[in-house]
Amino acid sequence: MNVMGLAFFVGIVGLTLFVTYIASKRTNSASEFYTAGGGLTGWQNGIAIAGDYLSAASFLGIAGAISLFGFDGFFYSIGYLVAYLVVLYIVAEPLRNLGKYTLADMITARFDQKKIRAAAAISTLTIVLFYMIAQLVGAGALIQLLLGIDYWVAVLLVGIMMTIYVLWGGMAATSWVQIIKAVLLMVGTVLISFLVLWEFDFNILGMFTEMKSVTANGEAYLHPGVKYTNGLDTISMMIALVLGTAGLPHILMRFFTVKDAKTARSSVVYATWIVGIFYILTIFLGFGAAAFVGSDAIIAANPAGNMAAPLLAQALGGDILMSFISAVAFATILAVVAGLVLSGASAFAHDLYGQIFKKGKATEKQQMNAARMASVGVSVFSIVLALGAQSMNVAFLVSLAFCIAASANLPVIIYTIYWKNFNTTGALSAIITGLVTALVLVALSPNLWAVDGSMFFTGEAIFPLTNPAIISVPAGFIGGWIGTMVGANADKRKYAEVDVKANIGLK
Amino acid sequence: MANNNGNDLNTVKPLEKKNKVSNKGPNSKYNKAADSPNYSAIAESPEFKSLKRKKNKFILPITIFFLLSYISLPILTSYTTVLNNNAFGDIAWVWIYALALFVMTWTLCMIYVRRANDFDKEAEIIFEKEKAGDYE
Repeated sequence: MNVMGLAFFVGIVGLTLFVTYIASKRTNSASEFYTAGGGLTGWQNGIAIAGDYLSAASFLGIAGAISLFGFDGFFYSIGYLVAYLVVLYIVAEPLRNLGKYTLADMITARFDQKKIRAAAAISTLTIVLFYMIAQLVGAGALIQLLLGIDYWVAVLLVGIMMTIYVLWGGMAATSWVQIIKAVLLMVGTVLISFLVLWEFDFNILGMFTEMKSVTANGEAYLHPGVKYTNGLDTISMMIALVLGTAGLPHILMRFFTVKDAKTARSSVVYATWIVGIFYILTIFLGFGAAAFVGSDAIIAANPAGNMAAPLLAQALGGDILMSFISAVAFATILAVVAGLVLSGASAFAHDLYGQIFKKGKATEKQQMNAARMASVGVSVFSIVLALGAQSMNVAFLVSLAFCIAASANLPVIIYTIYWKNFNTTGALSAIITGLVTALVLVALSPNLWAVDGSMFFTGEAIFPLTNPAIISVPAGFIGGWIGTMVGANADKRKYAEVDVKANIGLK
Repeated sequence: MANNNGNDLNTVKPLEKKNKVSNKGPNSKYNKAADSPNYSAIAESPEFKSLKRKKNKFILPITIFFLLSYISLPILTSYTTVLNNNAFGDIAWVWIYALALFVMTWTLCMIYVRRANDFDKEAEIIFEKEKAGDYE
């Protein structure tokens, strides 16, 4: 690690700590802690949503995947982006109009029962945990490479930083860390893309022609099928990506950080533009890395291709650019895990402790204490798990989180808003069916089973697909439908209230 | 928190902001109990029904459209090779399709915002009527 690299790291970390310090002065209520008091503007929240999305997985992971697999790497970008339409058209505004801090708030706006809140909180915590371990394991491996420190030191470092942001600065600090990082990441990505285009003489047609011959895959590099050869599995993965976003707790939580549905709407639009442009640029990052770093060097640094973007930065801009990009990647990881800690803590402290255990009668002080304790708890727990999960496949954990979000959360969200006859039994069975189906199918999938003993269990996988969304998402919807059919009649007056609130935001 | 109506003109700005938040906070249940809007009457009103019909007529077809356009891509690439033919130079149709999905996302985003602003205006009318006590 050279002096320049260290300077970038210290500069970025210092800036985020400064922001946390400022935010800590006003974080003195549960509402400030979870949602920054609903005080973010549309563009601030939009950049923060984009920041949540431009995680290390998408910056480093997608750039790496495109560099190694060409078009197949780009599938992720497409799925993540189109997912915003699902969020905007179906979920964002009703959620903002009905909820307060969490997904469970929104569902219990219609079915005010402890077991529903508990089920929603548990599915949220499950998603957060898988996503968090994925981010921490990825972060550990990456920082190990970037800084040359041990894996456990790297995980601990990230863990401590995220706890500091959340504990003292709550959502305000987390959002601002997210905004700073998103801007830096865009600057870095635009810069590298510009350099890549420069190398190709700003001739995009020429770039494609050249890409035909620079990789070992030849012309196939520019066509789908290099990595994904099982059609059903590809389709299943794409379903999880497009429907999962609308059920991810840390994304949903972002709709409570603005003052009303109109602002929530405009923040999704800002996010869509930023994320879309970013994903287009990932093509240049990936192609550039394949052409100017070469797949052998990329794989040598990290078999999954995660080092493609930093290596490309070094090839084109030397140590300065490499240091800058590495520091930004570090900030990216910190910002995303901080947001995850917050959404986990809200499910724990607000739903389980505040609403179920304290029956919604906790004082402001008790709520704050619970929120802070839950944040520490979620952080410590996930750090411990991440330390033990070093060899886990990160992409598998992330796709599992998306799959559970799409299967357990999305059906119940859609039914709650749009289906008049949906009832308590239906809500409970939608969440449980989706969650259990996704978990069981993954447990039986090739992610954990291999005949040659390279996975956790030795033997033929009973379920053939690596991503079960194509089965588990319909299962969540059917579970909710069957539950509704066998359960008691729906409370029509309550639905009238939910319907009016969700549609026009009348409080 | 006691000052929940938020109408106190003398309230200093930061406090006012806090009050706004607490209106949606845990206390809101208690203020609402006093004069909760008659949701059933609103839900049955022709203006709400018409707004909802318009919304659904807008949202449903577009949602089906973008989900189908999206999922057609992996279906086409998994089971056919039609998108492997080149469109311009060495750029295959699959890239054009992907780019079209990006453009679709941005366009539908803008369309949504424009329509949603219209819906806001209609919702405003219902708000006004509710305030005037038309749904008691």
